[in-house]
Amino acid sequence: MMYYNRLKMMGVLAVCLIGALLCVPNFIKAPSSTMPWRQIHLGLDLRGGSYLLLRLDRESLAADRLQTLEDGVKQVLLAKGLGYHDFQIDRATKTLSFAARDATESASAREAVKTLPSAAPDEYAVSEKADRIVLTLNEAALTRRTRDAITQSIEIVRRRIDGTGAIDPEITREGDDRIVVELPGISDPERIKKLLGTTAKMSFRLLAPGVPGPVAPPGASILTDISSHEPLAVLDHVEVDGADLTNAAPQQDTQRGGWVVTFSFDRAGAQAFAATTRANVGRRFAIVLDNQVISAPVIETPITGGSGQIEGNFTAQSATDLAVMLRAGALPAPLAVIEQREIGPSLGADSIRAGAISLLVGLVLVIVFMALFYGRFGLYANIALVANLVLMVAILSLFEATLTLPGMAGMLLTLGMAVDANILINERIREEVGKGRTALAAMQTGFERATSTIVDSNATAFLAHVMLFVFGTGPVRGFALTITIGIVTTLFTTLMLSRLLMVRWYALTRPTELPV
Amino acid sequence: MLSRPLLRFVRDDKRIPFMRGRYIGLATSAILSLLSVGLFFFPGLKLGLDFRGGIVIEAQTQGPADFDRLRGALAEHHIAAAGIQKFGADNDVLIQLDAPSAGAAQEAATQNLVDTVRKVVADAQPGTKILRADAVGASVSRELFRDGLLALVSSLAMILIYIWVRFEREFAISAVVTLILDLTKTIGFLAITRFEFDLVMVAAILTILGYSTNDKVVVYDRVRENLRKYRSMPLRELLDLSINETLNRTLGTSSTVFLAALPLAIFGGHSLSGFATVMLFGIVVGTSSSIFIAAPLLLLLGEKRLRR
Repeated sequence: MMYYNRLKMMGVLAVCLIGALLCVPNFIKAPSSTMPWRQIHLGLDLRGGSYLLLRLDRESLAADRLQTLEDGVKQVLLAKGLGYHDFQIDRATKTLSFAARDATESASAREAVKTLPSAAPDEYAVSEKADRIVLTLNEAALTRRTRDAITQSIEIVRRRIDGTGAIDPEITREGDDRIVVELPGISDPERIKKLLGTTAKMSFRLLAPGVPGPVAPPGASILTDISSHEPLAVLDHVEVDGADLTNAAPQQDTQRGGWVVTFSFDRAGAQAFAATTRANVGRRFAIVLDNQVISAPVIETPITGGSGQIEGNFTAQSATDLAVMLRAGALPAPLAVIEQREIGPSLGADSIRAGAISLLVGLVLVIVFMALFYGRFGLYANIALVANLVLMVAILSLFEATLTLPGMAGMLLTLGMAVDANILINERIREEVGKGRTALAAMQTGFERATSTIVDSNATAFLAHVMLFVFGTGPVRGFALTITIGIVTTLFTTLMLSRLLMVRWYALTRPTELPV
Repeated sequence: MLSRPLLRFVRDDKRIPFMRGRYIGLATSAILSLLSVGLFFFPGLKLGLDFRGGIVIEAQTQGPADFDRLRGALAEHHIAAAGIQKFGADNDVLIQLDAPSAGAAQEAATQNLVDTVRKVVADAQPGTKILRADAVGASVSRELFRDGLLALVSSLAMILIYIWVRFEREFAISAVVTLILDLTKTIGFLAITRFEFDLVMVAAILTILGYSTNDKVVVYDRVRENLRKYRSMPLRELLDLSINETLNRTLGTSSTVFLAALPLAIFGGHSLSGFATVMLFGIVVGTSSSIFIAAPLLLLLGEKRLRR
């Protein structure tokens, strides 16, 4: 307990030195871009910006899957020459049901739909109920689909946000069906919300011939035109899909003023579009986005070049946003914003100032207290305290962790708790001196006895805060993170560094009395 | 040279007979905790945005805020603001709205509402800056509440298990009973001060519990040591001795934690000062309960078992 060999001493000092070096990137700019330059990230509450929590609509994903299953079932039954009627999708129970042509075919129909080329083998269960064949979606398989859809959505969300020119957005998955979007510096997330809240499923479809009435003719649906609010009977058959687009860009309309969105198709899309327009000159076709008609022009000449433009009363921003969405692709399912937090940059700056002042004043108060109540050993405790702060910053920088305002509070409380170990050691040594032990023996027993208490008390705090980090959300996690790191650095600075200082002082001066 | 300590809380040979006041201590604590439980039901805690759901917007107008105009503008858009009030300076406005009533489109409605309110406020008083705008949907607030509770319960369980493993049963039981008494008082304090109960407050409560446990562990550690050392000393005397021996440490550590949290309560801004004030309260409660509650409970529970 009272002896440090040279190696151990160098080790302790080296850790402190490396810690100090790791803090440097937070204060000065990187001299070159190739150097590893890890620094603490400031949380949105300190930096200003927007936080959005998006949830993928699982119900609509399920409905999509049921629709796909229906198409698959029809194909399989047709191929086997089996008849069917009365398809029904129940979104609440996530089931698809249909009736076979007659009871004799029921068993073979049931057998035929057990495997579908368009579905995963365990995606649904087949059963029979009241002469109907029922396909029930499997929850676990749906969760898997949701997870896949989230992975896909994150990519699309990233492309859409990049398209707006936002600076270092952070897009992360949370749980099975959520995405967190953090946008530093953006103080009006409304545009982003709109951009992410649109599925952007685009299709080119023909209008039903004849005058649109209130009832849709078979094979068509009534959709509204966004700008003219005119109801249009649009055929359900998709001539060309938005997935076939290769590019889209906003462009100023030089002839009529305003903005348009130009687009180009890939080869397959271009061919399909050329064929459709060639066969339907004089008819109207609709450009449909998420079940709304953006525009419905008349086909004047066949469009064979594989590119075209959309006119729809756009402004510069709405044209840009539509182009961004078309380029980024459609989301597999709608995303809904369920939580929004927005902090203006000036409030963030105020918080940094408040946090920094508190940290500084708190540190000074603790240092003065320790110097007054514990003398020379208190001074050593204070050196360890400063090293503790340095090491906490170093570890946070090393992991490029995010520092939030509650995180700063955690650091401050760590400093308050850290000297507890020094106080325990000092009080113990003082007691041993009181019992008449020599200086050396008192320090020896003091360290030994106090160490077990220190480990005990820090272990409980450590466990409690790890739990807090694991189960906590948002601000709680930032707080728990700094405290947990703080407990580790505290154990090092008090059990290694401040003891080293005390032991070296003893070795150099060989006092007969201790300053306790 | 600066060497010996200049100040000390109590003299080393001081022996304060704490156990003499054990019934007064326990009774006072029990009464305070019962009152706190009452306060929890009436008037209850003021739930923060995290747990309540809804919208909070902080705006800064150019020049003094015209509240009548802002209220009028919101009313024009059929927005019933639960609260629109000044906070801090003359041009700081705080707008609070309840979440739109439940329903399938509830989440979307909440999100649209926050955008509308921003626009209305900016139009009513041009040049208004939005400092903060939070909107939490109902399903999220329910989840946050559940997660907060889960964090609280699991931390308490970890503490209980740890003390149970490290000490004997009597210690664990009296520690957890004391912690529950601390917890109820903190909740009573929250109910009286009307600080908003949100995720940050859950963190504050957990820190208080962690700190309080830490304090008890140190005293118990000494009790256990003395039990081995003085085999014939009556438990009551032994507890008094242990508390007195650790008194300087108890007061010292409470002071440093108190001093560290104090500037946060003063300078922390309104998001952290409530948190820090609750911490300060918790430090006082946690420290006194180590002496006046945890030790007497140990005496009651362990008089027969620990000292035969």
